[in-house]
Amino acid sequence: MSDFTPDIKAFCCHYTSQQTCAEGTEGLKQDGFPGSVSLFRVPCTGKIQVSTLLQAFEDGADAVYVVGCPVDGCHNVKGSQRAAKRVGAVKQALSELDVEAERIEMFHLERGFHPEFVAVAQEMDKKIKKLGPSPLKGESA
Amino acid sequence: MIIAERKPIAEIVEMTRDHEKILVLGCRGCVTVCSAGGEREVELLASLLRLGAKKEGRKIEVQEGSLVRQCDKEYVDSLDSWNGEYDAIVSMACGVGVNFIANLRSSTMVYPAVNTTFFGGSPEQGIWTEQCAGCGNCVLHLTGGLCPVARCAKSLMNGPCGGSQNGKCEIHSEVDCIWQMIHDRLEHLDRKEQMLEVAPIRDWRTAGHGGPRKTKRDDLTI
Ligand code: SF4
Ligand code: SF4
Repeated sequence: MSDFTPDIKAFCCHYTSQQTCAEGTEGLKQDGFPGSVSLFRVPCTGKIQVSTLLQAFEDGADAVYVVGCPVDGCHNVKGSQRAAKRVGAVKQALSELDVEAERIEMFHLERGFHPEFVAVAQEMDKKIKKLGPSPLKGESA
Repeated sequence: MIIAERKPIAEIVEMTRDHEKILVLGCRGCVTVCSAGGEREVELLASLLRLGAKKEGRKIEVQEGSLVRQCDKEYVDSLDSWNGEYDAIVSMACGVGVNFIANLRSSTMVYPAVNTTFFGGSPEQGIWTEQCAGCGNCVLHLTGGLCPVARCAKSLMNGPCGGSQNGKCEIHSEVDCIWQMIHDRLEHLDRKEQMLEVAPIRDWRTAGHGGPRKTKRDDLTI
Protein backbone atom coordinates (compact mmCIF):
# COMPACT_ATOMS: atom_id res chain seq x y z
CA MET A 1 0.00 0.00 0.00
CA SER A 2 3.02 2.28 0.44
CA ASP A 3 3.11 3.33 -3.23
CA PHE A 4 -0.57 4.22 -3.27
CA THR A 5 -1.18 7.84 -4.27
CA PRO A 6 -4.73 8.74 -3.43
CA ASP A 7 -6.99 10.86 -5.58
CA ILE A 8 -8.41 13.44 -3.18
CA LYS A 9 -10.80 16.08 -4.41
CA ALA A 10 -11.11 19.23 -2.32
CA PHE A 11 -13.87 21.77 -2.78
CA CYS A 12 -13.09 25.09 -1.19
CA CYS A 13 -14.71 28.47 -1.21
CA HIS A 14 -13.15 31.53 -2.67
CA TYR A 15 -12.65 33.14 0.72
CA THR A 16 -10.82 30.38 2.51
CA SER A 17 -8.57 29.58 -0.46
CA GLN A 18 -7.99 32.93 -2.12
CA GLN A 19 -4.73 33.99 -0.57
CA THR A 20 -3.29 30.51 -0.37
CA CYS A 21 -4.02 29.92 -4.03
CA ALA A 22 -2.62 33.29 -5.01
CA GLU A 23 0.78 31.65 -4.69
CA GLY A 24 -0.08 29.33 -7.56
CA THR A 25 0.49 25.60 -7.78
CA GLU A 26 4.23 25.90 -7.31
CA GLY A 27 3.87 28.05 -4.23
CA LEU A 28 1.37 25.62 -2.74
CA LYS A 29 3.75 22.75 -3.36
CA GLN A 30 6.55 24.60 -1.63
CA ASP A 31 4.29 25.09 1.38
CA GLY A 32 3.89 21.31 1.55
CA PHE A 33 0.47 20.99 -0.11
CA PRO A 34 0.23 17.31 -1.17
CA GLY A 35 0.15 16.48 -4.87
CA SER A 36 -2.67 13.99 -4.25
CA VAL A 37 -5.18 16.77 -3.62
CA SER A 38 -6.91 18.49 -6.55
CA LEU A 39 -8.58 21.77 -5.71
CA PHE A 40 -11.97 22.84 -6.99
CA ARG A 41 -12.77 26.39 -6.05
CA VAL A 42 -16.38 27.55 -5.78
CA PRO A 43 -17.77 30.98 -4.90
CA CYS A 44 -19.39 29.56 -1.76
CA THR A 45 -19.44 26.03 -0.35
CA GLY A 46 -23.19 26.48 0.25
CA LYS A 47 -23.54 26.07 -3.52
CA ILE A 48 -22.13 22.52 -3.47
CA GLN A 49 -24.87 19.92 -3.85
CA VAL A 50 -24.80 16.38 -2.47
CA SER A 51 -24.82 15.22 -6.11
CA THR A 52 -21.56 17.14 -6.79
CA LEU A 53 -19.86 15.36 -3.89
CA LEU A 54 -21.14 11.95 -5.01
CA GLN A 55 -20.06 12.71 -8.56
CA ALA A 56 -16.53 13.26 -7.27
CA PHE A 57 -16.57 9.70 -5.92
CA GLU A 58 -18.03 8.45 -9.20
CA ASP A 59 -15.16 10.21 -10.96
CA GLY A 60 -12.73 8.09 -8.99
CA ALA A 61 -11.96 10.05 -5.83
CA ASP A 62 -10.62 8.07 -2.90
CA ALA A 63 -11.72 10.91 -0.66
CA VAL A 64 -13.43 14.27 -0.87
CA TYR A 65 -13.31 17.23 1.45
CA VAL A 66 -14.84 20.66 1.65
CA VAL A 67 -13.23 23.75 3.10
CA GLY A 68 -15.56 26.59 4.01
CA CYS A 69 -15.64 29.59 6.31
CA PRO A 70 -15.97 29.28 10.10
CA VAL A 71 -19.44 28.13 11.14
CA ASP A 72 -20.35 31.53 12.55
CA GLY A 73 -18.34 33.60 10.13
CA CYS A 74 -19.36 32.57 6.62
CA HIS A 75 -19.09 35.33 4.04
CA ASN A 76 -22.51 34.22 2.80
CA VAL A 77 -23.93 33.79 6.32
CA LYS A 78 -24.97 30.12 6.24
CA GLY A 79 -23.11 28.75 3.23
CA SER A 80 -20.57 26.71 5.15
CA GLN A 81 -23.27 25.41 7.52
CA ARG A 82 -25.22 24.14 4.52
CA ALA A 83 -22.08 22.54 3.12
CA ALA A 84 -21.45 20.78 6.44
CA LYS A 85 -24.98 19.35 6.35
CA ARG A 86 -24.45 18.04 2.81
CA VAL A 87 -21.13 16.51 3.78
CA GLY A 88 -23.05 14.88 6.64
CA ALA A 89 -25.57 13.46 4.15
CA VAL A 90 -22.76 11.92 2.09
CA LYS A 91 -21.15 10.50 5.26
CA GLN A 92 -24.47 8.82 6.01
CA ALA A 93 -24.74 7.45 2.47
CA LEU A 94 -21.17 6.10 2.60
CA SER A 95 -21.91 4.33 5.89
CA GLU A 96 -25.05 2.83 4.38
CA LEU A 97 -22.87 1.47 1.58
CA ASP A 98 -20.43 0.13 4.18
CA VAL A 99 -17.69 2.52 3.11
CA GLU A 100 -15.57 4.48 5.63
CA ALA A 101 -17.43 7.72 6.37
CA GLU A 102 -14.14 9.53 6.94
CA ARG A 103 -13.55 9.49 3.20
CA ILE A 104 -15.46 12.74 3.22
CA GLU A 105 -14.85 15.61 5.62
CA MET A 106 -15.82 19.21 6.20
CA PHE A 107 -13.34 21.78 7.49
CA HIS A 108 -14.19 25.27 8.65
CA LEU A 109 -11.17 27.55 8.30
CA GLU A 110 -10.45 31.24 8.71
CA ARG A 111 -10.10 33.31 5.59
CA GLY A 112 -6.81 34.54 4.28
CA PHE A 113 -3.49 32.77 4.18
CA HIS A 114 -3.05 30.33 6.95
CA PRO A 115 -1.11 27.13 7.42
CA GLU A 116 -4.27 25.16 8.31
CA PHE A 117 -5.29 25.15 4.65
CA VAL A 118 -2.18 23.12 3.91
CA ALA A 119 -2.45 21.19 7.18
CA VAL A 120 -5.94 19.79 6.43
CA ALA A 121 -4.77 18.69 2.98
CA GLN A 122 -1.85 16.88 4.60
CA GLU A 123 -4.17 15.37 7.19
CA MET A 124 -6.47 13.98 4.48
CA ASP A 125 -3.53 12.74 2.43
CA LYS A 126 -2.09 10.89 5.43
CA LYS A 127 -5.43 9.42 6.46
CA ILE A 128 -6.39 8.21 2.99
CA LYS A 129 -2.97 6.72 2.34
CA LYS A 130 -3.58 4.66 5.46
CA LEU A 131 -7.15 3.72 4.44
CA GLY A 132 -6.14 2.74 0.93
CA PRO A 133 -8.14 3.05 -2.30
CA SER A 134 -11.86 3.74 -2.07
CA PRO A 135 -13.96 0.55 -2.23
CA LEU A 136 -16.34 2.57 -4.41
CA LYS A 137 -13.84 2.26 -7.26
CA GLY A 138 -14.66 -1.43 -7.33
CA GLU A 139 -11.02 -2.42 -7.66
CA SER A 140 -11.01 -4.81 -4.75
CA ALA A 141 -14.20 -6.62 -5.82
CA MET B 1 -49.37 15.72 1.40
CA ILE B 2 -48.02 12.19 1.59
CA ILE B 3 -44.74 12.08 3.46
CA ALA B 4 -42.03 9.56 2.65
CA GLU B 5 -38.35 8.99 3.32
CA ARG B 6 -35.74 7.16 1.32
CA LYS B 7 -34.93 3.63 2.35
CA PRO B 8 -31.33 2.95 3.37
CA ILE B 9 -29.30 2.72 0.19
CA ALA B 10 -27.93 -0.74 1.04
CA GLU B 11 -31.52 -2.03 1.12
CA ILE B 12 -32.22 -0.63 -2.36
CA VAL B 13 -28.93 -2.02 -3.72
CA GLU B 14 -29.87 -5.42 -2.30
CA MET B 15 -33.39 -5.53 -3.76
CA THR B 16 -32.22 -4.50 -7.23
CA ARG B 17 -29.15 -6.72 -7.34
CA ASP B 18 -30.52 -8.87 -10.20
CA HIS B 19 -30.95 -5.98 -12.60
CA GLU B 20 -28.48 -4.39 -14.96
CA LYS B 21 -30.65 -1.63 -16.41
CA ILE B 22 -32.53 0.37 -13.85
CA LEU B 23 -34.87 3.30 -14.30
CA VAL B 24 -34.92 5.44 -11.16
CA LEU B 25 -38.28 7.12 -11.40
CA GLY B 26 -39.16 10.18 -9.36
CA CYS B 27 -42.57 11.68 -8.83
CA ARG B 28 -43.14 15.41 -9.12
CA GLY B 29 -46.05 15.29 -6.65
CA CYS B 30 -45.96 14.93 -2.86
CA VAL B 31 -42.53 13.31 -2.64
CA THR B 32 -40.94 16.23 -4.47
CA VAL B 33 -42.41 18.62 -1.93
CA CYS B 34 -41.17 16.54 1.01
CA SER B 35 -37.76 16.07 -0.66
CA ALA B 36 -37.94 12.28 -0.67
CA GLY B 37 -38.43 11.36 -4.31
CA GLY B 38 -38.29 14.32 -6.66
CA GLU B 39 -35.83 14.93 -9.47
CA ARG B 40 -33.05 15.96 -7.09
CA GLU B 41 -33.41 12.77 -5.06
CA VAL B 42 -33.50 10.72 -8.28
CA GLU B 43 -30.10 12.15 -9.22
CA LEU B 44 -28.69 11.18 -5.81
CA LEU B 45 -30.15 7.68 -5.77
CA ALA B 46 -28.93 7.02 -9.32
CA SER B 47 -25.44 8.04 -8.28
CA LEU B 48 -25.57 5.91 -5.12
CA LEU B 49 -26.84 2.87 -7.05
CA ARG B 50 -23.98 3.22 -9.52
CA LEU B 51 -21.47 3.54 -6.68
CA GLY B 52 -23.04 0.60 -4.81
CA ALA B 53 -22.82 -1.62 -7.89
CA LYS B 54 -19.29 -0.53 -8.72
CA LYS B 55 -18.20 -1.35 -5.18
CA GLU B 56 -19.38 -4.91 -5.76
CA GLY B 57 -17.77 -5.04 -9.18
CA ARG B 58 -21.13 -5.17 -10.96
CA LYS B 59 -21.95 -3.22 -14.09
CA ILE B 60 -25.24 -1.37 -14.17
CA GLU B 61 -26.86 1.26 -16.31
CA VAL B 62 -29.03 3.71 -14.48
CA GLN B 63 -31.56 5.93 -16.22
CA GLU B 64 -33.08 8.89 -14.43
CA GLY B 65 -36.63 10.03 -14.99
CA SER B 66 -39.72 11.40 -13.31
CA LEU B 67 -43.44 11.55 -13.89
CA VAL B 68 -45.80 14.42 -13.09
CA ARG B 69 -47.47 11.95 -10.75
CA GLN B 70 -47.26 8.20 -10.45
CA CYS B 71 -50.80 7.90 -9.11
CA ASP B 72 -52.67 8.62 -12.37
CA LYS B 73 -53.02 6.19 -15.24
CA GLU B 74 -52.37 8.82 -17.89
CA TYR B 75 -48.98 9.69 -16.42
CA VAL B 76 -47.97 6.09 -15.75
CA ASP B 77 -48.79 5.38 -19.41
CA SER B 78 -46.11 7.87 -20.37
CA LEU B 79 -43.57 5.32 -19.14
CA ASP B 80 -43.76 4.08 -22.73
CA SER B 81 -41.13 6.67 -23.61
CA TRP B 82 -38.53 4.56 -21.75
CA ASN B 83 -39.62 1.25 -23.30
CA GLY B 84 -36.69 -1.08 -23.84
CA GLU B 85 -34.33 1.08 -21.81
CA TYR B 86 -34.66 -0.65 -18.44
CA ASP B 87 -35.37 -4.02 -16.93
CA ALA B 88 -36.62 -2.71 -13.57
CA ILE B 89 -38.05 0.47 -12.16
CA VAL B 90 -37.05 1.84 -8.79
CA SER B 91 -39.90 4.15 -7.93
CA MET B 92 -39.27 7.09 -5.63
CA ALA B 93 -43.00 7.84 -5.37
CA CYS B 94 -45.08 6.92 -2.36
CA GLY B 95 -46.53 3.43 -2.17
CA VAL B 96 -49.44 4.55 -4.31
CA GLY B 97 -47.08 5.16 -7.21
CA VAL B 98 -45.40 1.77 -6.87
CA ASN B 99 -48.81 0.06 -6.76
CA PHE B 100 -49.98 1.97 -9.80
CA ILE B 101 -46.99 0.88 -11.83
CA ALA B 102 -47.51 -2.72 -10.69
CA ASN B 103 -51.24 -2.47 -11.55
CA LEU B 104 -50.66 -1.08 -14.99
CA ARG B 105 -47.42 -2.71 -16.20
CA SER B 106 -47.85 -6.45 -15.91
CA SER B 107 -44.34 -7.27 -17.18
CA THR B 108 -42.39 -4.62 -15.30
CA MET B 109 -40.53 -5.28 -12.05
CA VAL B 110 -40.97 -2.30 -9.78
CA TYR B 111 -39.25 -1.66 -6.44
CA PRO B 112 -39.96 0.92 -3.74
CA ALA B 113 -37.13 3.35 -2.96
CA VAL B 114 -38.95 5.10 -0.14
CA ASN B 115 -40.87 4.25 2.98
CA THR B 116 -44.24 5.97 2.84
CA THR B 117 -44.85 7.22 6.32
CA PHE B 118 -47.90 9.44 6.76
CA PHE B 119 -50.14 12.32 5.64
CA GLY B 120 -48.60 15.42 7.07
CA GLY B 121 -47.36 18.93 6.76
CA SER B 122 -44.17 20.86 7.31
CA PRO B 123 -44.21 23.24 10.29
CA GLU B 124 -40.64 24.30 9.49
CA GLN B 125 -38.02 23.47 6.91
CA GLY B 126 -36.83 19.88 7.15
CA ILE B 127 -39.52 18.76 9.60
CA TRP B 128 -42.80 16.99 8.82
CA THR B 129 -45.52 15.96 11.21
CA GLU B 130 -48.50 13.65 10.88
CA GLN B 131 -51.86 15.42 10.79
CA CYS B 132 -54.51 13.15 9.26
CA ALA B 133 -54.94 9.39 8.98
CA GLY B 134 -57.46 9.35 6.13
CA CYS B 135 -60.13 7.78 8.33
CA GLY B 136 -62.92 8.41 5.84
CA ASN B 137 -65.30 10.05 8.32
CA CYS B 138 -63.80 13.35 9.39
CA VAL B 139 -64.60 14.60 12.89
CA LEU B 140 -62.61 17.82 12.82
CA HIS B 141 -65.80 19.90 13.21
CA LEU B 142 -66.16 18.35 16.69
CA THR B 143 -62.56 18.74 17.75
CA GLY B 144 -61.62 22.29 16.93
CA GLY B 145 -59.89 21.25 13.70
CA LEU B 146 -57.31 19.04 15.48
CA CYS B 147 -57.35 15.35 14.58
CA PRO B 148 -57.69 12.81 17.40
CA VAL B 149 -57.47 9.87 14.97
CA ALA B 150 -53.99 10.69 13.70
CA ARG B 151 -52.62 12.74 16.56
CA CYS B 152 -53.84 10.84 19.64
CA ALA B 153 -51.66 7.77 20.21
CA LYS B 154 -54.81 5.79 21.01
CA SER B 155 -57.08 7.46 18.45
CA LEU B 156 -59.49 8.19 21.28
CA MET B 157 -62.76 9.82 20.34
CA ASN B 158 -63.36 10.92 23.95
CA GLY B 159 -60.11 12.15 25.40
CA PRO B 160 -57.86 12.82 27.07
CA CYS B 161 -57.08 9.49 28.65
CA GLY B 162 -55.78 9.26 32.19
CA GLY B 163 -52.16 9.31 31.09
CA SER B 164 -51.97 12.88 29.85
CA GLN B 165 -49.65 15.02 31.99
CA ASN B 166 -48.74 18.69 31.67
CA GLY B 167 -50.13 18.74 28.16
CA LYS B 168 -47.96 15.82 27.05
CA CYS B 169 -48.90 12.34 25.94
CA GLU B 170 -47.91 9.40 28.12
CA ILE B 171 -46.17 7.65 25.23
CA HIS B 172 -43.43 10.31 25.09
CA SER B 173 -42.68 13.57 26.83
CA GLU B 174 -42.12 15.26 23.47
CA VAL B 175 -45.54 14.33 22.08
CA ASP B 176 -48.31 16.83 22.69
CA CYS B 177 -51.55 15.43 24.07
CA ILE B 178 -53.86 16.32 21.22
CA TRP B 179 -56.88 16.12 23.51
CA GLN B 180 -55.33 18.72 25.80
CA MET B 181 -54.77 20.85 22.69
CA ILE B 182 -58.35 20.29 21.55
CA HIS B 183 -59.56 21.35 24.99
CA ASP B 184 -57.34 24.44 25.11
CA ARG B 185 -58.28 25.50 21.61
CA LEU B 186 -62.01 25.06 22.18
CA GLU B 187 -61.68 27.03 25.41
CA HIS B 188 -59.86 29.80 23.58
CA LEU B 189 -62.64 29.83 20.96
CA ASP B 190 -65.22 29.97 23.76
CA ARG B 191 -66.59 26.54 22.79
CA LYS B 192 -65.34 24.48 25.70
CA GLU B 193 -68.78 22.95 26.26
CA GLN B 194 -68.24 20.88 23.09
CA MET B 195 -65.93 18.75 25.23
CA LEU B 196 -68.95 17.57 27.22
CA GLU B 197 -70.48 15.82 24.23
CA VAL B 198 -69.73 12.12 24.40
CA ALA B 199 -68.81 10.66 21.03
CA PRO B 200 -70.58 7.35 20.37
CA ILE B 201 -68.70 4.16 19.56
CA ARG B 202 -67.22 4.72 16.18
CA ASP B 203 -67.76 2.71 13.03
CA TRP B 204 -64.25 2.23 11.67
CA ARG B 205 -65.28 0.63 8.37
CA THR B 206 -64.60 3.89 6.54
CA ALA B 207 -61.05 3.84 7.91
CA GLY B 208 -60.09 0.74 5.95
CA HIS B 209 -61.29 -1.77 8.48
CA GLY B 210 -63.86 -2.80 5.89
CA GLY B 211 -61.22 -3.66 3.28
CA PRO B 212 -59.57 -1.52 0.58
CA ARG B 213 -61.48 1.67 -0.09
CA LYS B 214 -62.67 3.11 -3.35
CA THR B 215 -64.26 6.39 -4.32
CA LYS B 216 -66.43 6.72 -7.39
CA ARG B 217 -67.76 10.04 -8.59
CA ASP B 218 -70.63 9.62 -11.03
CA ASP B 219 -70.33 13.17 -12.23
CA LEU B 220 -66.74 12.53 -13.30
CA THR B 221 -67.04 9.09 -14.87
CA ILE B 222 -68.37 8.43 -18.34
S1 SF4 C 1 -47.63 9.02 -6.58
FE1 SF4 C 1 -47.71 9.45 -4.41
S2 SF4 C 1 -46.14 11.01 -4.15
FE2 SF4 C 1 -46.63 10.98 -6.30
S3 SF4 C 1 -48.24 12.57 -6.50
FE3 SF4 C 1 -49.23 10.58 -6.26
S4 SF4 C 1 -49.68 10.48 -4.08
FE4 SF4 C 1 -48.13 12.06 -4.33
S1 SF4 D 1 -60.78 12.77 11.54
FE1 SF4 D 1 -60.17 11.34 9.94
S2 SF4 D 1 -60.29 12.48 8.00
FE2 SF4 D 1 -60.40 13.97 9.71
S3 SF4 D 1 -58.29 14.67 9.94
FE3 SF4 D 1 -58.57 12.95 11.37
S4 SF4 D 1 -57.98 11.10 10.23
FE4 SF4 D 1 -58.21 12.75 8.76
